[in-house]
Amino acid sequence: MKLVLDIALTHVLARVRQTLVGMMGVAMGVGFSVMMAGLMDGSQRDFIAQLVDSLPHITVRDEKRNPPRQPVEDVYDAVAYSGLRTPVTRPGIKNPFAIIATLEGWLGGAVAPSVEARAVIRYAGRDTAASLTGIDPRHEGDVSQLPEQIRGGALEDLYKTSNAVILGDRLAAKIGARIGNTITLASGEGRTLSATIVALSHSGVAQIDETQAYTLIKTAQILAGQTGLINAIRVRVEDIMAARQVAARIEAQTGYKSVSWQEANEDLLSAFEIRNVIMYTVVGAILLVASFGTYNIVSTITHEKTRDIAILKSLGFTQGMVQRIFLLEALVIGTAGTVLGWALGYVLCRALGSIEFKSPFIDATTLPIYYTWVHYAIAGGVALTASGIAGYLPARKAARQHPVAIIRGAS
Amino acid sequence: MAMPETGSKGKRRPVGPAIIELAHVTRQVGDGVVTTLVDDINLAIRGGEFAAITGPSGSGKSSLLYLLGLLDVPTEGEVFVEGRAANALSETERARIRLELIGFVFQFHFLLPEFTALANVTLPMRALGRLDDKQMRRRGLDLLASLGLESQAGKRPHQMSGGERQRVAIARALANDPRVLLADEPTGNLDTHSSEQVLKIFRRLVDETGRAIVMVTHDMGLAARTDRRIHLVDGRLVDVD
Repeated sequence: MKLVLDIALTHVLARVRQTLVGMMGVAMGVGFSVMMAGLMDGSQRDFIAQLVDSLPHITVRDEKRNPPRQPVEDVYDAVAYSGLRTPVTRPGIKNPFAIIATLEGWLGGAVAPSVEARAVIRYAGRDTAASLTGIDPRHEGDVSQLPEQIRGGALEDLYKTSNAVILGDRLAAKIGARIGNTITLASGEGRTLSATIVALSHSGVAQIDETQAYTLIKTAQILAGQTGLINAIRVRVEDIMAARQVAARIEAQTGYKSVSWQEANEDLLSAFEIRNVIMYTVVGAILLVASFGTYNIVSTITHEKTRDIAILKSLGFTQGMVQRIFLLEALVIGTAGTVLGWALGYVLCRALGSIEFKSPFIDATTLPIYYTWVHYAIAGGVALTASGIAGYLPARKAARQHPVAIIRGAS
Repeated sequence: MAMPETGSKGKRRPVGPAIIELAHVTRQVGDGVVTTLVDDINLAIRGGEFAAITGPSGSGKSSLLYLLGLLDVPTEGEVFVEGRAANALSETERARIRLELIGFVFQFHFLLPEFTALANVTLPMRALGRLDDKQMRRRGLDLLASLGLESQAGKRPHQMSGGERQRVAIARALANDPRVLLADEPTGNLDTHSSEQVLKIFRRLVDETGRAIVMVTHDMGLAARTDRRIHLVDGRLVDVD
């Protein structure tokens, strides 16, 4: 093998300019692939992190995933019925604190009760729809990042005045209200109450900051017109990627619909998957183009080395040895190009990561770049495979050449 | 297995058992129009034999040499190497026999241009893998010295004269101490002085080491200085003396 490698290296080093061009082709492909993967993955992870931080990992609501079965369906197997009305049930989760205690028994993370309601905010003669969440400030920090997202006050300020409210900063800006202003909260059933803005929240996700409002649980219950109402249990898990499985277990245990952050953002995650497919297709295409350069070089060397191939075979080199020589040449170019490409990719990522960037949708100040050895391994693996294939074809052709035909032609 | 040689006049030095033997060997090429390169040849090459293959252009001299060296496979007949039928051997097995038993020298030196003379000479030794680096270097230098090339060991082919390059090619052919050296017009590109040197080397190798040398040549003067002349016409062996 050392002999084969020596001959391969000698061939490659004898053509410095050609080899450098081939290496640069692979390096560019690998470098830009690493950069692109880091950028795409970084933006995706940054977005998901903000989304996950802004919301509980799992929300258990007072709903059933499937409509309740009528008793008649249970008694008569294949009966058709009409005119039956679904029985009216009192909204809210039954025995919420018992459920919370049970969940705290096996769940590694944290659990907090809350009240979710639709509300209309009236201020300065304008009505704006909002999502109102009644929270317990003492436990909210366990299930969300809300305490860190408060601007101009603190979460505990909800205790300072009766009917205190925290608005999303974009929502406040939209209605033109500031901290200290009094707004009117109206429920769907027409109940209203006046509330004072004690702070603003800023999650960094525009969709949330434009619609979200927070009050104490008690205030939300008053607005909903139901004392003791808890219609959502917010759960934070230790492993966010396991949220879907934990949600399924909670749902099986409680019977209430448990929605993980993945399920809540299914469409977004699907879009990311499609984006990843596109990204890796483009990355593959870049590396494929780079491999044509390698193919070209190895083909040229093979062509130039026809006589050497003949003499090596006449000396007793086997087809396999000859094939390995030219395959190794491609891999040498591919490997050197890959290492250069890794360095180039890292430098490009660093450079891009230092560029200041402002998005209207997320709260980033620089382009988010994700660094992982996986990007380098994928780009390197694809580049080496492409180089190997690019080298294999001319190498096979070289190995199959008949020495007699070459020697006759050369003599 | 020992076949009566076509056209033999029976005058030949007794040189032991055959190293390579051709039995009714024919080589044809072409799919539509078939050309016969060598036709029904019976020939045995024994140790210590210095033979010349002669004949007009296109008579099949080189083709016969390539068949002897297992670089080509006969269309009909059988090639035996040290008594072993070679036709059915795999390409890898044939390559191994070439590496161990047969050395080739061509009209053009065919040295690898990026390698020094010493690196070219040690190439077959490295492929065989029987010696360590130190032993290979020692043997390579000894071979070059025996051919008067001790000062050329570190030079690349383009830094040497035609005669020197051809002598390096001979050293390379001798690297694995082959039993047979096959030379295809080895002096074809050389001046008279260099040709004379090559011929002296060949003679010395035969007389001192007992190797067999088979040399294809146009030059009847050179052929006359060998022990045995194998004359081909139209692929057929017409005369052996």
